[in-house]
Amino acid sequence: MAQTLTEFDTIAAISTPIGEGGISIVRMSGEDAVKIANQVFKGGNLTKAASHTIHYGHIIDPANKEVIDEVMVSVMLAPKTFTRENIVEINCHGGIVVTNRILQLLLKTGARMADPGEFTKRAFVNGRIDLTQAESVMDVVRAKTDRARQVAEKQLEGGLLEKIQGMRQEILNVLANVEVNIDYPEYDADTVTAKQMIATSKTVISEIDDLLKTAAEGTALRNGLATAIIGQPNVGKSSLLNYLTKSDTAIVTDVAGTTRDTLEEYVSVEGVPLKLIDTAGIRDTDNKVEKIGVERSRKALAKADLVLLLFDSSKPLTAEDHALIDATNDKKRIVLLNKTDLGQKVTVEEIKQLTGSKVIAISVLQQKNLDQLKQAIKELFFNGIENSNDQVLVTNQRQSGLLEKAKTQLNEVIKALEIDVPIDIAQIDFNGAWDTLGEITGESSPDELVNQLFSQFCLGK
Amino acid sequence: MIKSYDSNAYDVIVVGAGHAGCEAALASARMGQKTLLLTISLDMVAFMPCNPSVGGPAKGTVVREVDALGGQMGKNIDATYIQMRMLNTGKGPAVQALRAQADKWQYHEQMKRVIEETPNLTLRQATVDELLVEDGVCQGVVTNTGARYHAKSVVLTTGTSARGRIYIGELNYSSGPNNTIPAIKLSENLEKLGFKLRRFKTGTPPRVNSNTIDYSKTEEEPGDQVPRHFSYESRDEDYLKDQVSCWMTYTNRYTHKIINDNLTRSPMFTGEIKGVGPRYCPSIETKVVRFADKPRHQIFLEPEGKNTEEVYVGDFSTSMPEEVQLEMLHTVAGLEDAEMMRPGYAIEYDVIDPWQLKHTLETKNIKNLFTAGQMNGTSGYEEAAGQGLIAGINAALRASGQSGFTLGRDEAYIGVLIDDLVTKGTEEPYRLLTSRAEYRLILRHDNADLRLTDYGYQLGLISEERYSKFLAKKEQIIQAEHAVKSITVHPNEEVQNYLASIGEEKLKAGVKADVFLRRPKVKIDDIEKLTHEHISNERYVKEQIEINVKYEGYIKKEQQQINRLHRQEAKKIPVDIDYQAIEGLATEAREKFEKIRPETLAQAERISGVNPADLAILSVYVQNGRYSKIKN
Repeated sequence: MAQTLTEFDTIAAISTPIGEGGISIVRMSGEDAVKIANQVFKGGNLTKAASHTIHYGHIIDPANKEVIDEVMVSVMLAPKTFTRENIVEINCHGGIVVTNRILQLLLKTGARMADPGEFTKRAFVNGRIDLTQAESVMDVVRAKTDRARQVAEKQLEGGLLEKIQGMRQEILNVLANVEVNIDYPEYDADTVTAKQMIATSKTVISEIDDLLKTAAEGTALRNGLATAIIGQPNVGKSSLLNYLTKSDTAIVTDVAGTTRDTLEEYVSVEGVPLKLIDTAGIRDTDNKVEKIGVERSRKALAKADLVLLLFDSSKPLTAEDHALIDATNDKKRIVLLNKTDLGQKVTVEEIKQLTGSKVIAISVLQQKNLDQLKQAIKELFFNGIENSNDQVLVTNQRQSGLLEKAKTQLNEVIKALEIDVPIDIAQIDFNGAWDTLGEITGESSPDELVNQLFSQFCLGK
Repeated sequence: MIKSYDSNAYDVIVVGAGHAGCEAALASARMGQKTLLLTISLDMVAFMPCNPSVGGPAKGTVVREVDALGGQMGKNIDATYIQMRMLNTGKGPAVQALRAQADKWQYHEQMKRVIEETPNLTLRQATVDELLVEDGVCQGVVTNTGARYHAKSVVLTTGTSARGRIYIGELNYSSGPNNTIPAIKLSENLEKLGFKLRRFKTGTPPRVNSNTIDYSKTEEEPGDQVPRHFSYESRDEDYLKDQVSCWMTYTNRYTHKIINDNLTRSPMFTGEIKGVGPRYCPSIETKVVRFADKPRHQIFLEPEGKNTEEVYVGDFSTSMPEEVQLEMLHTVAGLEDAEMMRPGYAIEYDVIDPWQLKHTLETKNIKNLFTAGQMNGTSGYEEAAGQGLIAGINAALRASGQSGFTLGRDEAYIGVLIDDLVTKGTEEPYRLLTSRAEYRLILRHDNADLRLTDYGYQLGLISEERYSKFLAKKEQIIQAEHAVKSITVHPNEEVQNYLASIGEEKLKAGVKADVFLRRPKVKIDDIEKLTHEHISNERYVKEQIEINVKYEGYIKKEQQQINRLHRQEAKKIPVDIDYQAIEGLATEAREKFEKIRPETLAQAERISGVNPADLAILSVYVQNGRYSKIKN
């Protein structure tokens, strides 16, 4: 069955460019938009709100009551909305980490990640846009869904497809067995026990967890890309830090209630969330113009996914500089030749040869070539630098959202079986998880189960 | 050349009096239409040419649905069963299923008598050769004796008779089921009228003489003590006390060796049989070959009735030569000296590819012509009865100028069955399975009356008396629901002891009975005893409360999915939509849409092999009736 024509479920997406601007808007459309928003909103009952009203309050994670952000929520009820469905817009504080957490929360609470252009598509499908635009919109629908499929297929190459198929097969084997027990009660197939279904659920959950760890937008977007600015004293680390933290308006607020390493600061560069490590250390050392250097840097390095390695291009490289190059060889790094305003003693070419890394000559003081730096960070991020340890398999929020959903369903299975709910009832969520995983790979066919049934078991009258 | 003559005219003619035809004819007659039921043999009315049983998972629910809609199957089996069993009692309520062993001769006689006694209904022996069709509208039938019967609508239920061919080893001959006369010319006529037919295959096992079975080597399977019936009109106090047992035994490696040694003599393996057989009901030779590592296969010995010694050797369907069948049988524990009374056989027959039908089971090709049962590609008495009922209802509605009646996938297994057939077609004889239903917690056997009695009443198939009883039951359910919400269970010693005895945690404070009942092991009867409060006198009312309370969360989940289904179903696709005029559809999708012509977007979604982009395009074009602008 083609599951993608889910016109009426509730969709959510960040509708402002990510990481830019002071305010971000997370938008939801669909019948349950208000209900879902209400579950994560503290500051009044949104389900009783009149249409086209704005409400002040906080977004709270219902799981642990943690306050995520201070927000303004607009409630617009069908049909007088853009999509002709219920729309909720959550205006939050701009930063990518917070905005993304709010989106994730909505996805966990029942919304589905919107496909590209889906709000517009709904507006059209629900008759909001005039038919004179039919041709062009149809092109878009066609192109977008096709492209989305192509993209999805491409993303699925990296082993994700195989992993998901593996998980689905594990579930399917148990499912088929449950079905045989039901449809052929006298057939001498082994009876699936609650224990087996719990065991399978747990196995698949841990596999999902492993996958989610590799999620680009799971780890990196949630936590920021751990970035260390490394270099000798006085090389300009603190100037660069100040530039990165102050020049960008989107300083990501700290997440209230979580314990945070005070030595970290969050910034957004071209939409890429960076968690800057040991910023206090950088400020300290530069102020005191002291030793520390390599020793302290090493600690920061251990945690870093990305290294910004700074050299003073007005002087030849020192032994310490070479030591830093060696120490960062196994990291993704961008080498920055600072102080180009003072006349260059080392060239980009030279360093490129030496390090094999991206090298940019900059002047933080004169703000020269800093755009190139930003661009380089962005490129590295989107090319998959974001997780240095694991292979990145889960590449978008649709995938991670569905994985989260499948995980929730499997947890429901375990919960139900532990209190002795009959297996064929608990199986509703088990089946759901199988369908959900199928949505990731685009292969949810009810006939699949029937086929499995007949190939796995010898049945007959 | 047979000289033809005009015989009587009817409102509705039903061709074939198997399980589909009987339901169709009875429904039509009961809806006030003058109805003619034609059968090749009067001795085959509601005959069970295969296993002597009715019900089981999914199928048992269909029987109850048929009953709730005013059909006959439930009542007929309740009058003629020799054993009744509830299956899956260790599982949840959605998959529990009633199954009866039938006295197949009594079953036939009882149904025949009901038909004979039903007003507006004429039963006659005749072989139909042709349909009378003018301008794409069916007007009646012509029999092989030359009789022309005119009618406003016609229901065909040919079962396995259409160009039937029986295979027993090297022997094969033209025959209907159980060596009856096959219908040859009708198939040719249907092809001429433009229908696409295909060949399916099914089979039946040998029957042996009960006196020659050594039951001491087999395991007994007795009936249930707790009374249960199929029909909502049957009464617990009429439950049969003196039930007959079934018996279980196994094949073994000697059986398998004989089968393997003789595969070259099985028409299934020589390629002689071209028809597609069902995967869920393979012959014993297919099982032995496909599951070679299985050391043994179960066999069920089922008595065919009280006044016969014939025993059905279940799960032993075969088309081996007679001598090989004998050899195979004699290897089985308990059957060493069994006398075979009838050999097993395979039968090939014509079916109509079901995508040529609408949800009302009217053919798309020819107006006022309906088809039902095995000829639509299904297998099973219950699947046939469910379709027969729907086809009969719609033929009657058509004859009286009313619009059609269909059931959704969320309303009945019958709805799932018919939607699967007309939307997906079928590549093998189709059997209902609980896994085919998306909403099986809603489609339970215990609530078929609550789901469907209103429809049956509106159609005129449910009597006033029964309907008022039904309404009373509904009222009792409401009262009982109220009761469980208002009764408080206190954490007194009796309650705590009870909880300890069933392995549940103790109560910390008093709770309402419905909350208490949510604990998986708590029974509603125990609440009445513990609290000395009255919930209901009716066992079936309490059953509803128990299920609704215990599984509320899951029922809600399915209900949400159903709500979405309804919204998609509300999006009707215009009957005259021109798929050629819709730009951007993939060729494959266009062909499938053209062929199946889905009635709603929900149905379009269920067509296999259509991708989301095509659905999006289709959905856009049919919104708000705007498709018409696209047409030129």
